[in-house]
Amino acid sequence: MTLALIALQRLVKAAVTLLLIATLNFLLIHAAPGDPAAVMAGEAGAADERFIADLRARFGLDQPFHLRLWTYVSNVATLDLGYSYRRGAPVLDLILDRLPATLLLTMTAFAVSLALGVLLGVIAAARVGRWTDSLVTTVALLFYATPLFWVALMAVLLFSVNLGWLPGFGYSTVGARYTGLAHALDVARHLVLPSVTLGLFFTAVYMRMTRASMLEVAGMDFVKTARAKGLSPGLIQRRHVLRNALLPVVTLAGLQAGQLIGGAVLTETVFAWPGIGRLMFESLAARDYSVLLGVFLVSAAMVILFNILTDIVYHLIDPRIGATR
Amino acid sequence: MKNLLLSAASLALVAGAALAEPQRGGRVDVVIQPEPPGLMVGLLQNAPVQMVAGNIYEGLLRYDADLAPQPGLAREWEVSEDGLVYTFRLAENARWHDGEPFTAEDVVFSVDVFLRETHPRLRASLVHVETIEAVDDHTVRFTLNNPFGPFLGLFEVGTMPMVPKHIYEGTDFANNPMNDTPIGTGPFRFNEWVQGSHIHLVRNDDYHVEGMPYLDEIFWRVIPDAAARAVAFETGQVDVLPGGSVENFDVPRLTAMDGVCVTGGGWEFFGPHSWMWINLREGPTTDVRFRRAIMHAMDREFARDVVWNGFGRVASGPVSSSTRFFSDDVTIYDYDPDKARALLAEMAYDGTPIRLVPLPYGETWQRWGEAVRQNLLDVGINVELVATDVAGWNQRTSEWDFDLAFTFLYQFGDPALGVARTYVSTNIAKGSPWNNVSGYVNEEVDRLFAEAAVAVGDEARQALYDEVQRIIVDDVPVAWLLELEFPTIYRCDLENLVTTAIGVNDGFRDAWLSR
Repeated sequence: MTLALIALQRLVKAAVTLLLIATLNFLLIHAAPGDPAAVMAGEAGAADERFIADLRARFGLDQPFHLRLWTYVSNVATLDLGYSYRRGAPVLDLILDRLPATLLLTMTAFAVSLALGVLLGVIAAARVGRWTDSLVTTVALLFYATPLFWVALMAVLLFSVNLGWLPGFGYSTVGARYTGLAHALDVARHLVLPSVTLGLFFTAVYMRMTRASMLEVAGMDFVKTARAKGLSPGLIQRRHVLRNALLPVVTLAGLQAGQLIGGAVLTETVFAWPGIGRLMFESLAARDYSVLLGVFLVSAAMVILFNILTDIVYHLIDPRIGATR
Repeated sequence: MKNLLLSAASLALVAGAALAEPQRGGRVDVVIQPEPPGLMVGLLQNAPVQMVAGNIYEGLLRYDADLAPQPGLAREWEVSEDGLVYTFRLAENARWHDGEPFTAEDVVFSVDVFLRETHPRLRASLVHVETIEAVDDHTVRFTLNNPFGPFLGLFEVGTMPMVPKHIYEGTDFANNPMNDTPIGTGPFRFNEWVQGSHIHLVRNDDYHVEGMPYLDEIFWRVIPDAAARAVAFETGQVDVLPGGSVENFDVPRLTAMDGVCVTGGGWEFFGPHSWMWINLREGPTTDVRFRRAIMHAMDREFARDVVWNGFGRVASGPVSSSTRFFSDDVTIYDYDPDKARALLAEMAYDGTPIRLVPLPYGETWQRWGEAVRQNLLDVGINVELVATDVAGWNQRTSEWDFDLAFTFLYQFGDPALGVARTYVSTNIAKGSPWNNVSGYVNEEVDRLFAEAAVAVGDEARQALYDEVQRIIVDDVPVAWLLELEFPTIYRCDLENLVTTAIGVNDGFRDAWLSR
């Protein structure tokens, strides 16, 4: 089967899955107590019946449930994510507005953790049993086991409060009005702490995965054969061991990539990063259904997209996978 | 003009900075939490909206810490002998931020058309208003159909904000695109809002009070994590932490820093008053002895000193001591577990468990719920804590699905505005967490509140409110906790920040930097 055909087949399945997810999300969200009108009225600290009735009518909550479900699903089918009455803006705009910040953060964390994790894993596998190996695995285990928010707070205390090297939160220096390169550098400085915090956990995971997988492959017959026919150790490690060892790492990377949108709620909150994770969290507290559903849907689309991409990468790394189908 | 001079002098006295001459310029960063859903204060009454928008929009009057009216958009005002006609003379040089003049027509439109449609709290008071007329371009007359004691207290910016007629007349108010770029008459103009990051206000160079405001710009910073907000203040990135923006246990650490000041002022108008709703409809809570036992079982001084780090005051009854017509001539419920146990024994309480719903507003409230639960367990009341989020708490209180539930409400300076609503039987209805949620019915209380609202003269009103406070405290329809105090933490070189009864909400008009 050709790659194009596989991709097409997967895309059709994906569209159906997405509609099912949208329906399920809608049902789940409405099972939570409270509604956006009550929350708005609650925040106002005073409300009469007319105020709440007005809000409900504006939010479309006065319509019967099945009608709202139908409207929502048919809108989603035409790629219309709806309108947030609480924030007074179309959901798609709200999401697109926050998307760059989130992608910058999660992509950086993704790239750093993948590169660093694989590199450390290769080093540890090459020096298995020696002190370098022990050091790398111990540090990795430490980061693997430490809660993210705690690492985040400690990083802020050390690098921001005590040493004053890096800004502790925010996306850029508010009111500084930098442009061009100065702006990019400013954002980069703000990016260091959150992306490292977010990346640490996955760095540890990639490192352990790469190391274990490298060691397993290194003991296989075809590696012995390669060594027997006189290939250099470096070439064996790169072409024969690493390439085969990478498959489980790619699987994991696909999983992490699926979380690029919704996986940084905690980091974004602690570091006041104006991204989608926070939008989602605030919308949950406010029962802002349309925004919440929109974020869920986009996240689900990302997961599906990266699953397809992962499959394609499998084919590229290991041609045998396509051949066996 | 005389009024203006007088008020300037009294403001300076309040701030205790009468000697220094204010200087122009500078930028101030202030924490805003949570991020407001919008800034059009005529449509949204959420606390963070009022805090930012109170510096963009204005009301006709402002109020000092004793709730005495001060000039705002109205320079002078007079009240007729019979308490029925209120006449306001407006600032003649006031302009909207888009350059249009502010006139009496704007006042009539704002109150009679816009706010009548959108503002539930004001709407309830406007039933007493017969007509609102523009006498001339700069004079407005309100005629009431009966005397209404709290009327002069309604002109604060969050209660009766002035909105521009030329922008809103004939439009769908809630969906007017101009809501995104608010136009007021206030000392600061809206410049930019970067969602999730900050709101930027700049000085209104055309402000109607000569020389004001002093600051060039204000950045309202959105920082979602309480610990990060404390760090932002520690590292000098923000200059003001408005009341309630950091957890109480961080307050002593922050106020111990050099050059940091703290004040409990600026909340007198709101008089935030906390209590537990008691469901009077079923279970042991229907017995008044059980409710009195709860009052005696709670160590409220401990809660004040430990949970609130010493901020606040034990509430003696339904009216906050900063609200008008407060009386402490009521039964005092001191901390006395033995008395509580005796009351429970007398009514033969059988240990039926009751559900306590804490307010899901962060660590402080969670700890408070645990402290009260411990107090009640100590005297033998079986309590289960119910965990909720804000929407869930709303749902439970407004649908009466609780036995005890924490809450706190603003009193808006006058018992007729912020106290009666909790206790009168006409205000019992499912669907709102802000009415008579307990389900308290007492005809005498209904009558006294109704009479006190329309009685002429403060003395007559005081007598009626004294009486009603005595009755309510004996009936214990809710379990009063503390008069809350939300300390505002700021750098000492930001002078005159809190000079009014709503503090930071309209404080930046007078604030200036002495650095």
